[in-house]
Formats: sequence, structure tokens, C-alpha cells
Amino acid sequence: MKSGSNLERLLEKGEFVVTGELGPPKGPDAEVVKKKAAMLKGNVDAVNITDNQTAIVRMSSIAAAKILLDEGLEPNMQMVARDRNRIAMMSDLFGATAFGIKNMLCLSGDHQSFGNHPEAKNVFDIDSIQMIYMVKTMRDEQKVICGEDIEGEFKMFIGAACNPFADPFWYRLHRLEKKVEAGVDFIQTQCIYDMARFKEFMKQVVDLGLHEKCKILAGITPLKSVGMARYMAANVSGITIPEDTINRLRGAGKGNVANEGIKIACEQMQEMQEMEGIAGVHLMAIEWEHRVAEIMEMAGMLPRPTV
Amino acid sequence: MIVAERKPFSEILSMVENYSKIIVLGCGSCVTICMAGGEEEVKILASQLRLAFKKDKKNVEVEEFMALRQCDDEFMDDPVLIEKVQAADVVISMACGVGVQHATAFFNRVITDSPTRIVPALNTTFMGANIGVGVWEERCVGCGDCVLEKTGGICPVTRCAKSLLNGPCGGSSNGSCEINKDTECAWHLIVERLKALDELDRIKPVEMYKDWRPSHDGGPRKIVREDMRL
Repeated sequence: MKSGSNLERLLEKGEFVVTGELGPPKGPDAEVVKKKAAMLKGNVDAVNITDNQTAIVRMSSIAAAKILLDEGLEPNMQMVARDRNRIAMMSDLFGATAFGIKNMLCLSGDHQSFGNHPEAKNVFDIDSIQMIYMVKTMRDEQKVICGEDIEGEFKMFIGAACNPFADPFWYRLHRLEKKVEAGVDFIQTQCIYDMARFKEFMKQVVDLGLHEKCKILAGITPLKSVGMARYMAANVSGITIPEDTINRLRGAGKGNVANEGIKIACEQMQEMQEMEGIAGVHLMAIEWEHRVAEIMEMAGMLPRPTV
Repeated sequence: MIVAERKPFSEILSMVENYSKIIVLGCGSCVTICMAGGEEEVKILASQLRLAFKKDKKNVEVEEFMALRQCDDEFMDDPVLIEKVQAADVVISMACGVGVQHATAFFNRVITDSPTRIVPALNTTFMGANIGVGVWEERCVGCGDCVLEKTGGICPVTRCAKSLLNGPCGGSSNGSCEINKDTECAWHLIVERLKALDELDRIKPVEMYKDWRPSHDGGPRKIVREDMRL
């Protein structure tokens, strides 16, 4: 076992896992985290805690992850390369392990120019692939980067992201391969809408055997409206939404679009279960935590398995 | 070259409005080429200042002078210039930040009876190239450990907004960086170049952590060439 987390053990057992996502509040209110946690508890296997996503200042992912642990959920702590140098990263990782955090996601991080402090200086001392390698070395050799021994035992189940359709598209498989080579244990993809294109991508992943070297969780985000679909397709790199999907949302009629979005997401989740190389889904119901139980029920994915 | 651009006139004026003898000192090197602090720009700034002072009915003397290179003693050691600076209240340097600091050190070393006051007229922006008429773009951050051989002659440390060393992040879109559609994604350029060179294998292994010590993180950097010393 790499960290013995619930997520790792379920994946090891061959269960089709579902991870959720929780964005910490823009302030110190633990109750906000607890409220969202209550909506996710028992409905997903682990919960990603975002790290100042879109470069907007929020409660730290490590603190929110600790609150989640206290509430009886398993966190997947996100860490971005934007705000910390290697010293701060390793230090926070020791702290995370001390708290009992067993999963993490290594990310580059959205550029600060998107956030609410565009004047800030970024760090980017190491990149996300080097971060994967750093955490793996800390875990497998029990050493920090400089080669000194770690006091006590450091354990972590190491995740990373993959945006299969970002440009340059032909290089994305190589980049995933590089993350595998760096030592990633699991991958969560950017939200997928174009299932045909994703199937093509996964075929190449399977041909290279990458799915045997790391567990791949497909990203799912239910569409709340036609506007959201249009916005994401236009503004988020690597997101293409098939016209069929847009037409279905539009055809649902007033008041029913969100429900249709959920229905589409559920169908995708079921389809992902059948897809070779896919070990689970990462359900990013952005500010829709209250509907996760319903989505999971409709997808036929409750109750969650235990190990 | 070092690329700079002139500060807004109001900012420059606020630095010198309390003095009556001013020298505008241009630099004949990089900032002349990037049209920020050469002879022409010295003339323009001096004229603007004279007009502004005249409008305010202030009797201020504004003189123009050029040094071929403000970052080099050899080109500053001009008795006429030194005498003028000695008599002036303030020198507006139109050199880059290197030139301003070197001129400050130089004049304060050679003029010992009173300290020399030097203010900058430019914002030094980057080391870059002229990529089109009136367009300059940054090409080097001077990290002190060049990786261009591995990356097809395109610098990821400088040109990637995140200085990533292991390929394009998920924000690359149609060849542009996520932060700005007018900024090319450096890693898109790199992988395409390496593909054309049939050298993609070069970036297959994980590029290890960068040693930032040769970069700016250790305070001002210094090179001592023993073979060149007298």
C-alpha cells in the first residue's frame, strides 16, 4: 500500500471509484466546509479539496482537508505549484500526513492573472511533474529532495490531472506518459463531454498500457444551462461540447435544463464504467454539492463500496 | 538587448520639479535601439520639460547630453560631462536600470565635493528582441543555466508564464497561452519544433528540479574572470 487511503484500497480492489470536489470558502468559516461535507458524505469515495482555485484566495486546502477528515470523509488534497516553493511544499506535505491526509493531487495551478490578486508574484519553483516525482521520492525513499532522511513515515497516494484535449492535442498522450514516468498513482481528467473523442484518447492510453501503470478517473461536470455549456466550450482549454449535447439541453425546455444536464452526466458515468482503462469518475459538481446524492442515486452508484 | 520604455511625463516631472539645473542624459546602446532613451528621446524629454517649466513660469535650465554606454566607466569618463553633472542639481538618466545605477556610482565616485542625484526616466522591462516594427518581446530572464539546447531554441523559463520545464500545461489553446491570446504558448512552440527536428525523445525523460542559484534568487550575481584581471 502506498498510503492505505480508502481511494487507494478501493482502486486496488478493482472497484469503480467516484471522487467528489469541494471548494473551500473565501474565509475562515469551518461551517461552510462542514455543510458541503455533509452533502458529500457517503456519496463519494474521496473528495478533492481545491487549492485556491482560479487563483482566488480561499481557506487553505490543507486546513479544509483536516476539517473533512474530522467529519469522517476522505480528502484528496490539491496542491498547486503557483504559490509554494519546494521547501513550503515538503513542509506542508509533512503536515498533511501528520493530520492523516493520504491522497493528494499535484497541479501547476491557474495563473494568478485569473484571480483576485493579479499583482501577486508567482513561485513555480518546481512544476507539477517534478512535484509528482518529489512526492514519490519522499514516499518511496523516505527522503526530501536534498537527500536527507525524513523523520517518521511519509505516506501519500499521488494524483495528477490530465487535460486530454488541450492543445497541442497530439502531445497530450506524451504528457500523460511523462506523469506516469514521474510516478503518479492516479489521474483525474478535465471534464469530458465529447465521449467519442475521449474513447479515441483512451484507446491510445490503453494501447500504451498507461492504464495499468496508473488509475484513470474521468472528469464529469453536469451542465446546468446552455449558457454554461457555451461558456465552457469557449473559455476552458480542451473542452469541446458536442452539438447533440447542447441540443438535448435546449430541447429539455424551461425549468428542465439542469435536470437534463444531470441526466447526461449520469449516462456518461455509466458509459465510463464500461470504458476500458477507466477506473472511476471524478464528479466535479461545481457549487452543486447538494445535488451529488441525487446524481449518484440516478447513476446507480449508491451505496458506495467499502473496504 | 535590454528593452525599456519611458515613464509617463508626469512621473518624470514630479521627480525633478523642485530643481533648477537639470541634465537629461541619454544612453547610446540598447535603449537607443529600442527607441526609449537615445538622442531623439533625450531631445523630446528635454523639450517637454522646458515647455512645462516655461508654462509654470519657472526658470529652469535643462541640458541634453549623451553617453555611449552608461553602464561602462570608459564611456562616462568625459571631462565635459563630469563638469556639467557637477554643476547640475539632478541628472535624469535615460539609460536602463543598469545604466542608472552605474552612472550613480560613477558620478559619486568621481565627483567628491557634493553627492550627485540621479533619477530614472525609463522603466527597464526585459531582455528581448525586436520581433516586428515597434514590437519587442522578452526572450531571456537570465536564469544562469541555459536550457535552449534541449528545447529547440525556445526558452520555457522565460516564455512560459509558469516557467514549466516539462511540457505544456492544460491551459494551452490554439497555440496561445491561457493568460493572453496574444502570447504564444512556449511549450506548444517547443514540442512542434522538436517534432519537426525529430527530437521529441529529448524531452521524454522528466526534467529534474531546476537549480535556481544561478538565477536571481541569490542576490546580485557576479562574474569574476581571473584570466581577464590585471
